[in-house]
Amino acid sequence: MIIPALFFYLFAGVCIAAAFMVIAAKNPVHSVLYLILAFVNAAGLFVMMGAEFLAMILIVVYVGAVAVLFLFVVMMLDVDFAELRQGFLQYLPVGALVGAIFLAELLLVVGAWVIGPGVPQTIAAPIPTGVNNTEAIGRVLYTQYVYYFQAAAVVLLVAMIGAIVLTLRHKTGVKRQDIGEQVARTKATAIEIVNVKPGQGLGA
Amino acid sequence: MTIGLGHYLSVAAILFTLGILGIFLNRKNVIVILMSIELILLAVNINLVAFSTHIGDIMGQVFALLVLTVAAAEAAIGLAILVVYFRNRGSIAVEDINLMKG
Repeated sequence: MIIPALFFYLFAGVCIAAAFMVIAAKNPVHSVLYLILAFVNAAGLFVMMGAEFLAMILIVVYVGAVAVLFLFVVMMLDVDFAELRQGFLQYLPVGALVGAIFLAELLLVVGAWVIGPGVPQTIAAPIPTGVNNTEAIGRVLYTQYVYYFQAAAVVLLVAMIGAIVLTLRHKTGVKRQDIGEQVARTKATAIEIVNVKPGQGLGA
Repeated sequence: MTIGLGHYLSVAAILFTLGILGIFLNRKNVIVILMSIELILLAVNINLVAFSTHIGDIMGQVFALLVLTVAAAEAAIGLAILVVYFRNRGSIAVEDINLMKG
């Protein structure tokens, strides 16, 4: 009984400490690395809750894709980050005030929370027993909630196209393939027939 | 002592608050603001999964998957906008993002 509690406090403690360092680190590269630490520990919490599939997806998507994307951008931009830190403490009082009020409200909600008696009757898709978490999600995701799945695909497609359109640069002076121009070629534009007199050649 | 739903909700609440605090503290650095938004979405995901496993409804985990998708898309678009903005202005300070004011 003591082992799960121990691991919960380990994961939760490291996760919160890493999340604090994300917003407090001087160097944004360190922030990204702490973000990865926070996500890995959150994945540990997910495993403890019994959502193994989401834990693995969290590591694959966040650590493998999003955090690496952040890392690339942070290292690509040549920004004086020390200058961006100016006024950090200036916003501390109002930030701490808002944060404290928010945390107090959230913890009051958590403390006073109770599950209503009608909730068990309204469960949309009960977790089946005897199958693992991945199969349980797959059973509802591809049948009952297939439209949500398609909507997620559309969101990713829009994000992909948007990112490409935003960052694509057309440099001048680069020869690119122009399919329309190539297809529209006719005999008149492609070749030139020169009437060459015998014995004179083309030399002007 | 057993670890119940309240423990996970408390962790999520603290993470959410840290994300909001990060937005307030790093007013000039857009990259850290984006990371704070990721933290907030992570807290939301923890809440969804905690309730899902507690009341035995798998819908919460399906929805957490969708939140994950939206978070990834948001990070990609946000960082793309950031790169284009940096190319044009040579700075990523939030105070400089006022071209639309006219």
